[in-house]
Amino acid sequence: MKSVEELKAIREKALKEISIRENEDKTRIVVGMATCGIAAGARPVMNAFIEELEKRNIRNVTVSMTGCIGICRLEPVAEVIEANGQKTTYVKLDAEKARRIVAEHIVNQKPVTEFTIGAAER
Amino acid sequence: MVYRSHVLICNGTGCTASKAPEIMARLEKELAAKGIEKEVKIVKTGCFGLCEKGPIMVIYPEGATYCHVTPDDVEEIVNEHLVKGRIVKRLLLGDKDVEDVARSLDNVGFFNRQVRVALRNCGVINPENIEEYIARDGYAALAKAVTEMTPQQVIDEIKKSGLRGRGGGGFPTGLKWQFAAKEVNDVKYVCCNADEGDPGAFMDRSILEGDPHSVLEAMAIAGYAIGSNQGYIYVRAEYPIAVQRLKIAIQQAKDYGLLGNNIFGTDFSFDIDIRLGAGAFVCGEETALMTSIEGKRGEPRTRPPFPAVKGLWGKPTILNNVETYANIPVILLKGADWFSSIGTEKSKGTKVFAVGGKINNTGLVEIPMGMTLREVIYDIGGGIPKGKKFKAAQTGGPSGGCIPASHIDVPIDYDNLIELGSMMGSGGLIVMDEDTCMVDIAKFFLEFTVDESCGKCPPCRIGTKRMLEILERITSGRGEEGDIEKLETLAESIKQGALCGLGQTAPNPVLSTLRYFRDEYEAHVKEHKCPAGVCKALLKYMIIPEKCKGCSLCSRKCPVNAISGEVKKPYVIDQSKCIKCGVCMETCKFAAIEKK
Ligand SMILES: Cc1cc2nc3c(=O)[nH]c(=O)nc-3n(C[C@H](O)[C@H](O)[C@H](O)COP(=O)(O)O)c2cc1C
Ligand code: SF4
Ligand code: SF4
Ligand code: SF4
Ligand code: FES
Repeated sequence: MKSVEELKAIREKALKEISIRENEDKTRIVVGMATCGIAAGARPVMNAFIEELEKRNIRNVTVSMTGCIGICRLEPVAEVIEANGQKTTYVKLDAEKARRIVAEHIVNQKPVTEFTIGAAER
Repeated sequence: MVYRSHVLICNGTGCTASKAPEIMARLEKELAAKGIEKEVKIVKTGCFGLCEKGPIMVIYPEGATYCHVTPDDVEEIVNEHLVKGRIVKRLLLGDKDVEDVARSLDNVGFFNRQVRVALRNCGVINPENIEEYIARDGYAALAKAVTEMTPQQVIDEIKKSGLRGRGGGGFPTGLKWQFAAKEVNDVKYVCCNADEGDPGAFMDRSILEGDPHSVLEAMAIAGYAIGSNQGYIYVRAEYPIAVQRLKIAIQQAKDYGLLGNNIFGTDFSFDIDIRLGAGAFVCGEETALMTSIEGKRGEPRTRPPFPAVKGLWGKPTILNNVETYANIPVILLKGADWFSSIGTEKSKGTKVFAVGGKINNTGLVEIPMGMTLREVIYDIGGGIPKGKKFKAAQTGGPSGGCIPASHIDVPIDYDNLIELGSMMGSGGLIVMDEDTCMVDIAKFFLEFTVDESCGKCPPCRIGTKRMLEILERITSGRGEEGDIEKLETLAESIKQGALCGLGQTAPNPVLSTLRYFRDEYEAHVKEHKCPAGVCKALLKYMIIPEKCKGCSLCSRKCPVNAISGEVKKPYVIDQSKCIKCGVCMETCKFAAIEKK
């Protein structure tokens, strides 16, 4: 270790790895991954969320899975739950839509209305 | 590759013994079987402080904490939690019905009353991966010290923080460093006391197993502060996992250039070596420890000269405890003011206790100084099992004393404990309930010191043995008038005459139990009775005729045929035959047998 900068660089990189274990409040993306969801293609959706967050270096968002959300016909389904408890439910997702949700909802804080359950039900 | 989930598995001594390695192996297999091994990361950690409830597993991002996990539970955890995202509630620690188990770790009383400074990384990072330590600001304090601060500024900051030694004595750490820094000498040493001899204590082991780098970093900072280039960690050989983790940590720190020459490009160089102790309690005493590092028999010597002037190989040396060191990096990063905002007027920061004995949640807890014993026992410890009454708590191990129930609301800090006739000690805290005999407890600790006395000076070698003989007499029903007074006189002369701390403090458990429970001693001596019903020789098992149904069960179970009678009439115990094994009392379905 020849300089403090070197240490900082390692820290940045390693922090990304373990930020999932930080206990602070953060936004959660929860993907429905019961049998119905997996059959409908939830796994590529989840991977797309993870990759996109990683690519954009976003750390305060975690991706986790949940069982059947109870709306099988609209799968794949994901919920974005913000630190303040506000919940947005997205339906009939694919990898492309997942990336847009990260870009617009997570980064620009504008929910993608056209993918939400409200839009689908209309 | 970023993982969507981290599964932390405790690999501390406790959980390793309760099958954590098997659980890891099963987990790897199950993840592969489900094809999700690239999404889920398995992380080995150090002790969570919940060893009794181990093996412990924590899954992030949910933060779900599972306890008593068995290898057979792994499949369900993978299928339910990691594949379907459904928490396995039956394995959860604490409230199993909470809807939002996210962050369940923080919701458990055991954790949310604790303040984790020294244990900040234990159970959070993989101790064998230096980068995880660096991610949690590791080595940033060392960087700050050597690149931005002068040695004197480091010492001033530690002084200002009010940090006192966590190894027992409570000596101000900054002051100790100052003494060593003032000495002019080309060679000085920084030593770490990881001998942890107090029976029942395992705070230091947990820090070494869970966060070894924090100790290395702090020792390097100490080296910079006092002008030393060499550190030694004296650790007991009975801690193989801790030793292994330390070795890995030292190697990694060297590989990253955080130990070795020209750290952070400055002209400060520092190295650390490990020395194994054979596990004699007296080797935890500072002068004995240093003689032992020198390769000689670990015996104390008189002070002065103090180690800060003439220590290891006659050179100025500082010795600090593992937990003391673990606090150092945080103090430099967050500042002395932050640290001294925690705690009481004269005791700053936190203290780690290994809580054991008659308490529901045994384990490792870190509390802010000034918390009351009541909070530790009832809020964090979950109270006394079977609804029994709290009688006393022993702190300071064989050098300390007890705190009786009447003082349960006293804030725990160095000075209050001394005033109560006990001491902070290194952090063993043994909870005793109404069924504990205080004379027996005192005897237990004295047996320990008699065994561990190095024999160098007569007051300790002979005096403690005399005291033990008296206690043995008292607890076996042969106590004589004047025994209590004899104990007191002996205690006084040992305290005065012993050379080192072992002997000087050996009488404390007796003196403190005498102070609060003199009536129990008197009952043993004068009435030949043990009020708590512990001392076998003073007990009598008796059948209460009114309650006995004459079922004959006890007489058939008694190993020495001491019970006789006629069926359907009260039975009787022949006291001359009874060996007081207690079997009859356990056997009787009518609670017709009592011990007194
Ligand atoms: C008999 C005896 C045993 C001791 N055992 C330990 C021990 O196991 N660990 C420890 O840190 N200090 C132990 N000490 C205290 C050390 O002598 C020394 O005061 C301490 O390590 C200094 O570090 P600190 O100022 O950071 O507490 C013991 C003292 C005596 C008299
Ligand atoms: S007090 Fe006891 S342990 Fe200490 S030097 Fe004397 S005999 Fe040895
Ligand atoms: S077991 Fe109990 S009830 Fe039966 S004979 Fe013995 S003391 Fe009496
Ligand atoms: S205590 Fe043991 S030895 Fe004594 S009477 Fe009961 S069973 Fe027999
Ligand atoms: S060893 Fe696992 S919790 Fe202590």
